[in-house]
Amino acid sequence: MLEDKDRIFNNIYGIHDKSLAGVMARGHWDRTKEFIDNGRDWIIDQMKASGLRGRGGAGFPTGLKWSFMPKENDGRPHYLVINADESEPGTCKDREIMRNDPHTLIEGCLIAGCAMGANVGYIYVRGEYIREREALELAIAECYDAGLIGKKNIHGYPFELYVSHGAGAYICGEETALLESLEGKKGQPRLKPPFPANVGLYGCPTTVNNVESVAVAPTILRRGPAWFKAFGRENNHGTKLFCISGHVERPCTVEEEMSIPFRELIERHCGGIRGGWDNLLAVIPGGSSVRMVPGEDIKDCLMDFDALMEHKSGLGTAAVIVMDKSTDIIRAIARLSYFYKHESCGQCTPCREGTGWMWRVMERMVEGRASIKEIDMLLDVTKQIEGHTICALGDAAAWPIQGLITHFRPVIEARINSYSYRADDDGAVSRQAAE
Amino acid sequence: MSVRRLAEENVQPGEFSFNRENAAWAKKKIKDFPKGREASAVIPLLMRAQEQDGWVTRASIEHMADMLNMPYIRVLEVATFYTQFQLKPVGTKAHIQVCGTTPCMLRGSEDLMKVCKNKINKEPFKTNEAGTLSWEEVECLGSCVNAPMIMVFKDTYEDLTPERLEEIIDLFEAGKGSEVPVGTQIDRIGSAPIGGLTALTSDPNVKKSKPKKTKPKKTESATAPTVSAVEPSAKAAASKSPTSKSKATPAKKARKAEAVADLDDKNRPQGMERPADIDDLKQISGIGPKIEGILHELGIFKFEQVAKWKKAESDWVDGYLSFKGRIERDGWIEQAKAFAKGGQDE
Repeated sequence: MLEDKDRIFNNIYGIHDKSLAGVMARGHWDRTKEFIDNGRDWIIDQMKASGLRGRGGAGFPTGLKWSFMPKENDGRPHYLVINADESEPGTCKDREIMRNDPHTLIEGCLIAGCAMGANVGYIYVRGEYIREREALELAIAECYDAGLIGKKNIHGYPFELYVSHGAGAYICGEETALLESLEGKKGQPRLKPPFPANVGLYGCPTTVNNVESVAVAPTILRRGPAWFKAFGRENNHGTKLFCISGHVERPCTVEEEMSIPFRELIERHCGGIRGGWDNLLAVIPGGSSVRMVPGEDIKDCLMDFDALMEHKSGLGTAAVIVMDKSTDIIRAIARLSYFYKHESCGQCTPCREGTGWMWRVMERMVEGRASIKEIDMLLDVTKQIEGHTICALGDAAAWPIQGLITHFRPVIEARINSYSYRADDDGAVSRQAAE
Repeated sequence: MSVRRLAEENVQPGEFSFNRENAAWAKKKIKDFPKGREASAVIPLLMRAQEQDGWVTRASIEHMADMLNMPYIRVLEVATFYTQFQLKPVGTKAHIQVCGTTPCMLRGSEDLMKVCKNKINKEPFKTNEAGTLSWEEVECLGSCVNAPMIMVFKDTYEDLTPERLEEIIDLFEAGKGSEVPVGTQIDRIGSAPIGGLTALTSDPNVKKSKPKKTKPKKTESATAPTVSAVEPSAKAAASKSPTSKSKATPAKKARKAEAVADLDDKNRPQGMERPADIDDLKQISGIGPKIEGILHELGIFKFEQVAKWKKAESDWVDGYLSFKGRIERDGWIEQAKAFAKGGQDE
């Protein structure tokens, strides 16, 4: 279990002084110049040694990502772009960092910028996070005033940091769509390659990082990679912000050790499952885009990338959505299908047409107004969308439905049967037609 | 994907222009992006236009295109692609956005929508009879641990019950929306668990550290994490505005002590009584809320004042702020001259 002294975000609930002086008293912005002076290779080595995997959902090693930026400058400026377009249903961790502990992010931006030779950083905040953006802008102004960042600053590495924002498009959380949006266009993902590290923002080398990945970097350097690596299992190191929502007694956001058992996480911070552990139906462990795990399987599962992968799910953004037995599981997933239909950018046909298709079938299945063989047809459609689109939104739309069919096919069948029995009683539809 | 079109011609106003404050803000925002990349500012600018008028009009779209040197169709694309832009007029007193995605649905957002349907209009995006209120269902607003929740204008109202939502709607309808505390509506601190903290209960301040000059010791009363005593709304209110006053106290004191003797220096620029119509000095690139406060203390409220500084005077201010030449580097005086001129033109 994680102790307070090992928590990186020590003001995540905003109960302490948020000003620069308060932040410094809690140990941030300390020895930053020393890290900058050690140079970019040292920073990248430390980050690699820490075993930090990106916190935006995909879990790509952060140090490795930073090392992809060109070492030699060919005249094009390098850009650091922070992905603060947190829109994955269930996820609300970056919001807390931005509104309550923004200095961790700003210090991280300076260090990450130095590690990739970028003198300019943009933070792209989702449009709905207005107060969060204001808190962040205030903190950045404080840093400029104190000379911590800017053209000439006390750290000796020129670094400008700007805040921009979106306007309610989930797809802009995809890194190339984010860059398009930042350039003032519709947020439609780009084909890769070329990867942003070569051709990114304005055609220049760019690295896009999640807020949490960058915000933990300064503390990792301060306390050493070995400290960070001590938490969690092999290949799943560090601490992580978990957002537990849904049917727990006390939903909350909390920083915990990676690989914490699900049961311990819920018992310690959320006061247990609503109605007790026997009432647990299923859990979506990493934001809406991962497959669900049935309650029985997840109770003693470790919360990390690899353990959840074994259950054909994923840690994603560590947004744990808990559903108890009062949940209409088909409706819960149908609502997610509606979400993806709403948020598809419309660029690739399988996703644009497929998400609407899947949603309409799901809506019928909620009522039971479908035939049994349509379950397999739906599964087949999800397989044809998955992997056939430019970005991962198609996959993300397919996986929740695949998870539902894998684990709850009997529930769907029962609903269809009960509908056709009812119809039979009314004499309107014959049972054969449904079968 | 959804089809989104501009409002009917008969409700579209003839023209659009930013008010003075927003125009200055827009100018500054465009400068955040490199030369030739002004189009990057289109989303922030459109959003500001929506804040000003309540919705995005055809005139504002065309105005933005002219301002940023973009073809009309590119701005139209942006306005119709991003769903946060309201393309039709919405309620004047409140447009209630109810989050309906699964995490909120699990905790009762459908009941909230029923309240909206009963109290406002059966259909989303349609106003009530008086035209003061409207509602819509939106996708995840990112406050999932505080579900169910709504957003009105810039603020979120979280941990709602249908009854509480009815009260909130009534308050907005009565024009008393500002009386509703923002954030959570129950006894809880932000996203921390209901009933008390399970983490971060100890004093977060670094207790002993090697004496470093970069690290001011916290001298003020350490905000001991007495959880139950912290009223969330009061805390949030307290931390919003006065941070700029209470922050950096030790550093500021030291600077004051140093500078006190200087305050009578002949090079100190002449101050004035706080006039009624003060300029927003933050428009000058390099001045944040904190520096603005210090300038106000020195009796500097108008662009003309800054514009008139002589070398010795600007050096004095630079020294007072211990800026090491930043005033000159950022070109405050030139900026102030431009702003002062702009003000007189109007």
